[in-house]
Amino acid sequence: MLSIKDLHAEVDGKTILKGLSLEINAGEVHAIMGPNGSGKSTLGHVLSGRPGYEITGGSVEFMGKDIFEMETEERAHLGLFLAFQYPVEIPGVSNMEFLKAAVDAVRESRDEEAFDTVSFMRKAREACTAVDLDQAFLKRGVNEGFSGGEKKRNELMQMMLLEPKLCILDETDSGLDIDALQVVAKGVNTMRAEDRAFLLVTHYQRLLDYIEPDYVHVLADGRIVKSGDKSLALELEEKGYGWLEVEVA
Amino acid sequence: MTDLLTPQLNIETAVPDWLQARRLAGRAAWDNGSMPTRKTEDWKYTSLYPLQQDFTAAPVNDASAAELGLDLPELSGSRLVFVNGHWREDLSTLVADAAIEVVRFSEANAEQSALIGEHLGTSVPGTKHLFAMLNDAALSDGVFLRVRANSKAQHPVQLVWHNSRAESIFISNQRLLVLAETHSEASLVEHFSGRNNAFTNGVSELVLGPGAKLNHSRLHLESPEALHIGGLHVRLDRDATLESFHLALGGKLKRIDIVINHEGTGAHCQLDGIYLLRGNEHVDYHTCIEHAVPHCTTDETFRGIIGDKARAVFNGRIHIHPDAQKTHAQLSNKNLLTSATAEVNTKPELEIYADDVQCAHGATVAQLDDAMLHYLRTRGIPEDEALVLLSYGFINALVETQALDALRDYLKPLLADYFGATSESASEQGSNLTRHIGA
Repeated sequence: MLSIKDLHAEVDGKTILKGLSLEINAGEVHAIMGPNGSGKSTLGHVLSGRPGYEITGGSVEFMGKDIFEMETEERAHLGLFLAFQYPVEIPGVSNMEFLKAAVDAVRESRDEEAFDTVSFMRKAREACTAVDLDQAFLKRGVNEGFSGGEKKRNELMQMMLLEPKLCILDETDSGLDIDALQVVAKGVNTMRAEDRAFLLVTHYQRLLDYIEPDYVHVLADGRIVKSGDKSLALELEEKGYGWLEVEVA
Repeated sequence: MTDLLTPQLNIETAVPDWLQARRLAGRAAWDNGSMPTRKTEDWKYTSLYPLQQDFTAAPVNDASAAELGLDLPELSGSRLVFVNGHWREDLSTLVADAAIEVVRFSEANAEQSALIGEHLGTSVPGTKHLFAMLNDAALSDGVFLRVRANSKAQHPVQLVWHNSRAESIFISNQRLLVLAETHSEASLVEHFSGRNNAFTNGVSELVLGPGAKLNHSRLHLESPEALHIGGLHVRLDRDATLESFHLALGGKLKRIDIVINHEGTGAHCQLDGIYLLRGNEHVDYHTCIEHAVPHCTTDETFRGIIGDKARAVFNGRIHIHPDAQKTHAQLSNKNLLTSATAEVNTKPELEIYADDVQCAHGATVAQLDDAMLHYLRTRGIPEDEALVLLSYGFINALVETQALDALRDYLKPLLADYFGATSESASEQGSNLTRHIGA
């Protein structure tokens, strides 16, 4: 589904990703862990096509297509979803307008019929309930004045409504209390499916107590330096990241 | 003053004596005044060059509403329609409302004439507003709205000034006087529309008595070629409340002066405005709030979106006189530039001569936020639709706070269409771009 080969990327002339390779197949859950500054968030930004990130080498294929040949919205149409670490506040655009516009665009790109207003309202309300967000949030501006946890739940709600193929969660667990973390984990676990993959980018092992990954990768200095199963995450939790850097050196 | 506008002043039209006196005084002030130039501080960024042409008197037009392209909000109350400045009884509707008297100057009875004579022009003192003097000089008719003391109007009143297409470029003169008596309540919508490059010289005066409450909107929806120099002059007596909403789509030259005088303690004014420009349009809002007495409040917010090579001017002055202690005043002006060649000149001006007041002002000029745009696109929303959503979102809050539901329902699709048509796409595409607004 996602094939990253020797990816190099830089921001403001500073090289962040230095030869990252990763294969993700449908149905799998991958976790990428790593210390601050290792390039975790950059990976998500590059895959989403955020302006300001320059690809200096390597390739990324998503659903068999060169991702860098596609606009940001085309990647979304093909099923790529990035849950932001810091979701953007958009005052003046209501959450409902935003969600309907997004879902309509993605469904149209798949030649699926648009939901009528009534059935979409029902779906949106259900999604609200699933992420434990009051329905009043549908009428508010996108993320406007939401708390950190509410923003993350709003990301999850979008993910549920858009039904993407590949869900990248960029530190969705950061700053969440246990209850909110469980809501997020429950949402992800409900969405796990044979034709869907997840990439969990996280700083902490605790998310993986609730979402069991098939693979764990360690990102350091712009490359994946170690891969393993979920036991690797526990090892990292115990020993910290320092031993890896020594090992790599 | 000798210039191209003067010959259209038709002093010979028969009008009542009280009106004739005002006309003569206006004419004298106009003749003695000098046309503002770019060296006049208040006109620094607005050129009057577009007025340098041969104007004719406004022609009578009796086309139907459909032929005129009249598109009006469906409000429940009385609607008075003027086409090219001429009264159109057939297009107007008068709805009986015990709280309200609405009458043209020319039809006013003795009591009403006395009230008009007593109040007309009192909110436009001196000769500072030269175009108001021209308006005086050209007075032949106007609208007088009286809201009776201690009563509440059941329906909003709608006043429509529409200019039709014509072979020559003409001047139409618009005048309104509102007298909201003690503890009265009413809503009023001023609607300017048109399909041509006529020049409208408009003056509206609102006189609010003690405890009176008025919800007022002034919509400038004329064509991109329109010329409009207009003034809104307001007097607020003690504990009076004015909510005033302004919208201007760009014209070739639009200059609106809003002058609000807090004359009685405890008065409150909420002033909101939106201006939207593209092409080569020019809109200039000059607001001036005079706080002459203590314990008054002003809450003023203007937002503009300027595209292409358009140019906007916003000057927001709040003048707090030495006696105006305990004043609360805030002014915010935010501008969004959607092209590299768009321009805005914004100047908030606080002049404070009292020492116990709370005042804040701020002005910003920005471009659309890349992070917001990217966020929408990561959710699959195409870039052109995302731009429309963000532009609409920039002004949405001011539309949402509109008190009249019917007006809000009218403005939302109108504004959505405006943004949809901003894009270079075809009109069918345009509706696709705006279909999620208000979802």
